[in-house]
Amino acid sequence: MIPTLYILFLMVPIYWLASMSLKTNGEITGGFSLWPRSPTLANYKVIFTDPSWYHGYINSIIYVVMNTAISLAVALPAAYAFSRYRFLGDKHLFFWLFTNRMAPPAVFVLPFFQLYSAFGLIDTHIAVAIAHCLFNVPLAVWILEGFMSGVPREIDETAYIDGYSFPRFFFRIFTPLIASGIGVTAFFCFMFSWVELLLARTLTTVNAKPIAAVMTRTVSASGMDWGVLAAAGILTIVPGALVIWFVRNYIAKGFALGRV
Amino acid sequence: MLELREVSKVVEGETHIAPTSLMLTPGSLNVLLGPSLSGKTSLLRLMAGLDRPTTGTVWADGKDVTGVDVRRRNVAMVYQQFVNYPALTVFENIASPLRLARAPAAEIDAKVRAAAELMRLTPYLDRTPLTLSGGQQQRTALARALVKGASLVLLDEPLANLDYKLREELREELPRIFAQSGAILVYATTEPSEALLLGGNTATLHEGRITQFGLTIEVFRNPADLTTAQAFSDPPLNTVAANKTGANFMLGGGLSVVAPKGLADGPYVLGVRPHHLALSAQGKSSAGLGATVSVTEITGSESFVHFPFGGSDWVMLTPGVHEFQPGEAIKVFLDPSRMMVFSADGQVLVN
Repeated sequence: MIPTLYILFLMVPIYWLASMSLKTNGEITGGFSLWPRSPTLANYKVIFTDPSWYHGYINSIIYVVMNTAISLAVALPAAYAFSRYRFLGDKHLFFWLFTNRMAPPAVFVLPFFQLYSAFGLIDTHIAVAIAHCLFNVPLAVWILEGFMSGVPREIDETAYIDGYSFPRFFFRIFTPLIASGIGVTAFFCFMFSWVELLLARTLTTVNAKPIAAVMTRTVSASGMDWGVLAAAGILTIVPGALVIWFVRNYIAKGFALGRV
Repeated sequence: MLELREVSKVVEGETHIAPTSLMLTPGSLNVLLGPSLSGKTSLLRLMAGLDRPTTGTVWADGKDVTGVDVRRRNVAMVYQQFVNYPALTVFENIASPLRLARAPAAEIDAKVRAAAELMRLTPYLDRTPLTLSGGQQQRTALARALVKGASLVLLDEPLANLDYKLREELREELPRIFAQSGAILVYATTEPSEALLLGGNTATLHEGRITQFGLTIEVFRNPADLTTAQAFSDPPLNTVAANKTGANFMLGGGLSVVAPKGLADGPYVLGVRPHHLALSAQGKSSAGLGATVSVTEITGSESFVHFPFGGSDWVMLTPGVHEFQPGEAIKVFLDPSRMMVFSADGQVLVN
């Protein structure tokens, strides 16, 4: 009973957003209605036909995917090293890596902006993708290290005895064993990068502008376009929901096995 | 031929293996026998090339292979834990060393199927290891070691985690299966009875040191010292300090037994195997000692009777079911002619 009420309570804003996205601006501002009186898809049509809207989504997805790929590519070998080898200062390095997450992204806005301007990277997708790596790589290393340490070292050794080269062992034998970990890691990288607004907005102007930034600039001379904004909000939730749907089994396993 | 020359392993100031020399010949079965932490696994890892010795060299077929990468050595290893590649099918697990050696597909198929037949895995070739029972998983690992055709096969307590029935079956089959390959087989175990059942040669290990190496039955019958005799006795060897004066050993508790001829007077350690103790006199020199039973374990056809003697715990293994109560006073007979006599520092003097 209480969980049901609680979940309903949590769903209220999402319902309200969905209902607003199907109303006309007149109905939204004109009065109070629990559900759309004359449901319309006009707001969604605006988004799917106006490039300044749908490019926002494309830009966001491009840099989020880039960031997830880079984070995993960098974190997999790093996590393997932390999990399997002992080297001078390994524990300190591991901790230091993680301290990068202790500062809010706003701290890094100024240096990033200055640095990326110098290299001519402002308003490119890769700029945002790399900036987000500062937060995602440590998290990815930390999660993956937990999963990798759960794989017995004897499997590595058996593979070497059998004659596997390192890359072949890593991709054919080892990676399938930590597939849930990779799924969980990808999920967290995706989520952070998809939600992060400050860095993404500062490092882009037109060509790589993320959807969240587009949404904050809809106050026009004709006032606020409530319906379109609500539709954009719903569409922004969709990719996250899709990702969760695809990795839900991995996440469940991940919570049981690894470090999450 | 595998030869260890003065090989030692020190990890963070702790000696895992004291300088050890050992020569193993092709086609031989060699048992490393010792309790946990005696250095069996460390020694196997040095032989395999997984670890580099701190000092000393490892020679294979006349070549110095110290520090040579394990991928370039022709070895196979099976661990106590069932180690397979969970993402691959049983077939691919067994085939993996052959695939890496770029063997022709027909040859791989034939060899894998033959090994699977030997290990009775044929019905499971298309399954993945984690869907199999522990015994099947371990047989997959053994089959993989078999198809590789390595000249050195290292088995680290391969049967320890298996159930009793399967352990007996595999223990019988393994030496036979690997003997045909002409490989040097090294088998680590904690169980003296397993070493005796396997036969071949045995090296007894104690605190990172090989105390004796030779034919298993020889090592068992003629241990060179007290630690070897203790390592190679299950249930544990009964020992007692004794003092020789004249023709007799004086044991604790006022017992005196006939001493073998030719020993000087002085302190000795006597060792008596549990099955050499009896409830009745076995000869005219047999000495009876009064014992107070502390506990009796009955296995069905044999009884283990524990009692304190001369400051340590003794155990008698006697045929038949004897339901002695704790505290019960019994008489235990000891045959002096079957006693082992060690010098005070543990060297064997009389078997």
